[in-house]
Amino acid sequence: MSATAGINYKKSVIDALVAGFMALIVFGPIVGVVLDGYSFNAEFGKVAWMVAVVVIGRFAISCFFQTEKGIAMAFRHANNDEGVAVRLPDHKSKLLWVVPLVIAIGLLVPFIASKYVLTVIILGLIYVLLGLGLNIVVGLAGLLDLGFVGFYAIGAYGLALGYENLGLGFWSMLPIAALIAAMAGAILGFPVLRMHGDYLAIVTLGFGEIIRLILTNWTSLTHGPNGISAPLPTFFGLEFKRRSRDGETFHEFFNIPYDSAYKYMFIYLVLFAVVWAVLFIKHRLVKMPIGRAWEALREDEIACRSLGLNHVLVKLSAFMIGASTAGLAGVFFATYQGFVNPSSFTFFESALILAIVVLGGMGSTLGVVIAAFCLTVLPELLREFAEYRVLMFGILMVVMMIWKPRGIVRVTRTGFAARKGVVK
Amino acid sequence: MSLEHILKVENLVMHFGGIKALNDVTFNIKRGSVSALIGPNGAGKTTVFNCLTGFYKATGGDITLSAQNKETSVIKVLGEPFQATDFLSPFAFFRRLKYKMFGGSHLVNRAGLSRTFQNIRLFKEMSVVENLLVAQHMRANRSMLAGVLNTKSYQKSEEEALDRVFYWLGVVDLVDSANRLAGELSYGQQRRLEIARAMCTNPEIICLDEPAAGLNPSETEALTKMIRVLRDEHNTTVLLIEHDMGMVMDISDYIVVLDHGEVIAKGGPEDIRSNPKVIAAYLGAEEGEEVTL
Repeated sequence: MSATAGINYKKSVIDALVAGFMALIVFGPIVGVVLDGYSFNAEFGKVAWMVAVVVIGRFAISCFFQTEKGIAMAFRHANNDEGVAVRLPDHKSKLLWVVPLVIAIGLLVPFIASKYVLTVIILGLIYVLLGLGLNIVVGLAGLLDLGFVGFYAIGAYGLALGYENLGLGFWSMLPIAALIAAMAGAILGFPVLRMHGDYLAIVTLGFGEIIRLILTNWTSLTHGPNGISAPLPTFFGLEFKRRSRDGETFHEFFNIPYDSAYKYMFIYLVLFAVVWAVLFIKHRLVKMPIGRAWEALREDEIACRSLGLNHVLVKLSAFMIGASTAGLAGVFFATYQGFVNPSSFTFFESALILAIVVLGGMGSTLGVVIAAFCLTVLPELLREFAEYRVLMFGILMVVMMIWKPRGIVRVTRTGFAARKGVVK
Repeated sequence: MSLEHILKVENLVMHFGGIKALNDVTFNIKRGSVSALIGPNGAGKTTVFNCLTGFYKATGGDITLSAQNKETSVIKVLGEPFQATDFLSPFAFFRRLKYKMFGGSHLVNRAGLSRTFQNIRLFKEMSVVENLLVAQHMRANRSMLAGVLNTKSYQKSEEEALDRVFYWLGVVDLVDSANRLAGELSYGQQRRLEIARAMCTNPEIICLDEPAAGLNPSETEALTKMIRVLRDEHNTTVLLIEHDMGMVMDISDYIVVLDHGEVIAKGGPEDIRSNPKVIAAYLGAEEGEEVTL
């Protein structure tokens, strides 16, 4: 059989036409109708281009999948086992050399990259922290949390309010904000964690909105929508400002010219260290009894109870550790922006963090790190497509759910070498 | 604390709305025995199990578990409603509040009773070893700091846990499958793993809900041997629900027969075999009609 003999062109044409029709429905209203004051302009040219690209692309794909190569490829992907795999007991990852390399590159970045690139990377790292925090709650413990941004807001406002009212700086608020976020997680969690699934999602969604509404409306404390300024971190008491009211500034002490990039370099280095610390702690947690209990709870809550695990406390611990990570991320966000207001903590942020966890793979650390960078850095690189950001986001989700429903990185489990068992 | 009886069930009543699933069920289980709970479908066997293990809160009656050198009232640890007298005595009030907030079926397990399920409930996406490690949660070193820093005492406790895991995998003949996912195992292997997991919590009494369901005769025989090992080598009392009469008569020292939520007979296998009420319940008989085998 020759490579092209088996192609059913009629089927391909039908496929292409159906896809073109779908594209017309999707792109027509979004791209074709451009508002202009109170009237609108119909831009049929743009729509025609997009539909043409879809039709031709679909036709080509349809033809390709009827060739031998295409059939072989489809077969390979259909049989791709995407499930969880257990590693061999003596498994050593071949990619371990990547870790020191990433650390080395990461330490060099602030001295090479421009100020703009550095701010984008800082944002990416903040989302890595958020993703890791939510990954504990959703990925490991299986609790769908749609109000995660609430804890992020608590961390960010913790820094700003602590500075304004108590005079606490970045370094004292970093642990305190994590603790406050964890306490908020406990207060929210204790009454609601008896629920699971959809009910919990709705309650946490409400919690996120409550936090945002409080921040907007309690104007005497939070200044409402006007927001408050947040302090910069200090380097052993040295400030990163042009001139300081009390004491020396960083550039004066080291006798170098002032550069506003210094503060971003410093924030970046601190954040980089915190991200690695969180990665290490998470790496340990999944191997510890508490991490195993979280995953067991996700698998079967009733079985967990029958084994003597207090399901409420196990869930609560996951919720609190996840929340405290979000609190840390919030502190970095506030200090990096220098200013916080409630509009940074909308439901869209929660959805974005959840998307990071789902795209990365539930429970997979590496996947979450990659996904966090993809979803925060890509929109910055593709500034021209800013209007289509949410559309791109949706397409990415659909494509991922079709090809890699379990996330970018496959979840693996530790293997244990067999031994002679004893019981005492 | 009763030395003779590990489990005492007195006048157990369980109502679901208007349905009376259990009516005045009373029986005692001797320490170190293998006992069976039998009865036709819908007799209330699994309901009794769920009450014993704390998954249902019984409507009335008492369940007393005498294990780990103390007496535990299964109904109390699940958290009872407040009563008028509680408000007069702060001590009783706080104890009740504690059980209401933190109580639940996990306390029954910690008191020394573990169970398996009729429809297997393993952690399917975790490996076989991890399933057994989770079961040892209460015995492990759960300190967050020790775990993150990987201290000596933490490593020692994890090593001991793994030793125990491989011991029990040896008992249920699953050492070769140690690093497979629990969900990938065959049905018979999953049943055995569930028993091993229940035993890893170090119980004094284990309740098996239809352990032989879906097993072939040779697997059933292996299971019978395993249950004897549990009783003879680990001093574990076994209470089981089973429909395989051959197996029940073979291993049980004591049998309780339930029908329509009531105990219609209890005694040794010989008594049960010849009890006319039991035969009537299984084969069906008119009121007052005598049936003999």
